[in-house]
Amino acid sequence: MIKLDRVTKVYPGGTEAVREASFEVEKGEICVLLGPSGCGKTTTMKMINLLIHITAGKIYIDGVDNTKIDEDELRRNIGYAIQDIGLFPHMTVRQNIETVPVLKGWTKAERAKRVETLLELVGMGSGEFIDKYPSELSGGQRQRVGVARALGADPPILLMDEPFGAIDPITRARLQDEFLKIQREIKKTVVFVTHDIHEAIKMGDKIALMNEGELVQYDTPANLLYRPKNGFVEKFVGADRALKGLQLIRVKEFMWGFPPTVKTDETAQAARQRMKREGINQMVVVGEGRKFLGWVEWADLEKGKMVSEIMKPSSDVATVDTVLNEALSIMLSTRLNNLAIVNEDNRLEGMLSFDAIRKALSETAQRGESE
Amino acid sequence: MIEAWQFVIRNPEQMVEWTLEHLWVTFIACSIAVILGVPLGIYITDKGKEQIADAVLYLAEITMTIPSLAIFGFLMFILAAIGLPSIGFTPAVIALIIYAQLPILRNTYVAIRQVDPAMIEAGKGMGMSERQLLFRVKLPLSVPVIMAGLRTAIVMTIAIATIAAVIGFGGLGQAIWWGIRGARMDLIIAGGVSVAILGLLTDIFLSRVQRWVTPKGLKEM
Repeated sequence: MIKLDRVTKVYPGGTEAVREASFEVEKGEICVLLGPSGCGKTTTMKMINLLIHITAGKIYIDGVDNTKIDEDELRRNIGYAIQDIGLFPHMTVRQNIETVPVLKGWTKAERAKRVETLLELVGMGSGEFIDKYPSELSGGQRQRVGVARALGADPPILLMDEPFGAIDPITRARLQDEFLKIQREIKKTVVFVTHDIHEAIKMGDKIALMNEGELVQYDTPANLLYRPKNGFVEKFVGADRALKGLQLIRVKEFMWGFPPTVKTDETAQAARQRMKREGINQMVVVGEGRKFLGWVEWADLEKGKMVSEIMKPSSDVATVDTVLNEALSIMLSTRLNNLAIVNEDNRLEGMLSFDAIRKALSETAQRGESE
Repeated sequence: MIEAWQFVIRNPEQMVEWTLEHLWVTFIACSIAVILGVPLGIYITDKGKEQIADAVLYLAEITMTIPSLAIFGFLMFILAAIGLPSIGFTPAVIALIIYAQLPILRNTYVAIRQVDPAMIEAGKGMGMSERQLLFRVKLPLSVPVIMAGLRTAIVMTIAIATIAAVIGFGGLGQAIWWGIRGARMDLIIAGGVSVAILGLLTDIFLSRVQRWVTPKGLKEM
C-alpha cells in the first residue's frame, strides 16, 4: 500500500533528516514510526503526503510514485490527524469534520450524512457536539473529532502525528483502545508517529524504530522486544521488556471466564461456602443480568448478614481487550487483588487476578528466551 | 465652555454638516485604505517576500512620522502640478489614506504571520490549495487582529481629519481653524470637544463591530 524506497531527506543547509529509509506498510496495517525526538520519524511521515519534499528515493502509494500525483489531490486522499491544536478553532465540529468533503465537492446531504456517521464512529453521535466549537470540548473530545476529521472523506490511508500526545494518560489509554476498535472496523492503512514505546507496542502491527535519520529496525512489536537487532534497540526498548511485553497481551488470554459470583440478596453464609469451595478470598458481586456491582471479602463474611450489607461497591473494571499492563495499573491503584472484566453494558465476563498476570509475565519472559 | 455650548445650540445645522463631512471623509479614506492595505498586507506575507515586506512596512512607518500639516501642504503642490484639485476633499482623502494605511497594513501582516503553523499545516495536510488556505484558515483566524488595526486607523483618521481644515476641507476642524484665526475660544472648544466625542463614540461602536465579525469559535467563552 505504502512503499518507501531508499527515501532520503536533506534540508537546505545540509542537515540529513532521513537517510535511505526503506520499508513497506501493508494494506490495513498500523505502522508506528518510533524513535527519540529528532530521529526523522515525523519527517518520514510528512514525505508520504509531501508536506515535506523528498530529496532522493521514492515513495509509492498503491504502486504510484507520490510525486507524480497532484499534491492537493494526494493529500485529500490521505487522512491527516495531528495533536488537538490541529482543529480549526473558528469552525464547528461539523465544519471541521467536513473540511475534506467540502474540498472534494461533496453535496450538502452527503456531507451531513458522513459527519453523522463519523461522530457516531468516534462515540460522539448524540448530536450535542455537532455545532460546538473546539474550545467548548474537552481534550479527549477534541482528539476524537481530530480522528473523525482525518477520516472525513473516507481515505484509504491515515497519517497520525502523535495524535494522542497532548492528553492525560487515562484518557489517552481510552482513546487508544477506541481507535484500535474503530480500526478493526475500518481497516485503514495507518502510519502513526510517536516517541512513546508503550504506545508503539500497543498500537503497532509493525514498528519502524528510527535513530538519527536511519531506520534501525522494522519489525513486529514482539520481535522488537525479544529480538532487538542491536544495542540501540535494546536500550530503547529498556530493561523491563517483560513488563512491556504485557502490552502485547489482552485480558481475555489470561482472565478467568465465568468466575464464581454471588448476588446481593444472598446470605453471607452462602457466599462463604462458595468461596471456600473455590479457594478464593474475594468474590464478585453481581446484580440483575450479571451486572458488576462490587466485591465481598472473606474477612467481612459475618454470619447472619446479607451480601448487600457487607459488599464493597466498585466501578473499577476492564474489558477483554484491555492490555495486561493497563489492567495491572488499575489493580495497583485500586488495591484490589482481582479485577472485574465486563462488557460495554457492565455485564460480567470474567475476572483477572494478580496470579494470572504473574503467569503471563513468566510466559512472555520464556517466549523471549526461547526465540 | 458655556460659550461653546451656546454656539452649538445656536448653530445646530452647521455642527451637523461639519460632523457629517468629517465622518464621510473618514469613511471614504478608511474604505480605500482597507481595499489597498489588506491585500497588500496579505501579499507581503508570502514566503520569499520578506525583504519586500520589510521595505513596505518601513515606508509605511516613515510616512507616519511626517507631520500631517506637511503632508497636506506637500499634497497641494503635487496635485496642482498634475492638474487635480489641490484643496478640499481630494487632498484630504489622499492624506488620510496614507495615514490609515500603516495600522491596517501592519496588523494584516502581523495577523497572517502569527497564524499558528499547526493550523496551516493541518489545512495543507488535508489538501487545501494556497487560496483555500488563505480564505478558509488564515483570514478567518486573522479577523480579530485586522479589525483591531482598522479600529486604530478609523479613530486616528477622525483625529487627523481635523487638520484637513487648513487646506480648505470642512469638517469639525473648520470650527477649530476659524476659532484660531478669529481668537474665538468657543469655536475651538466646540470643534475640539466634538472631535473627541466623535472619536470616542466611533471607538465604542467599532468595538461592537469587532466582536460581531470575530468568528464565533475565537471569542472568549
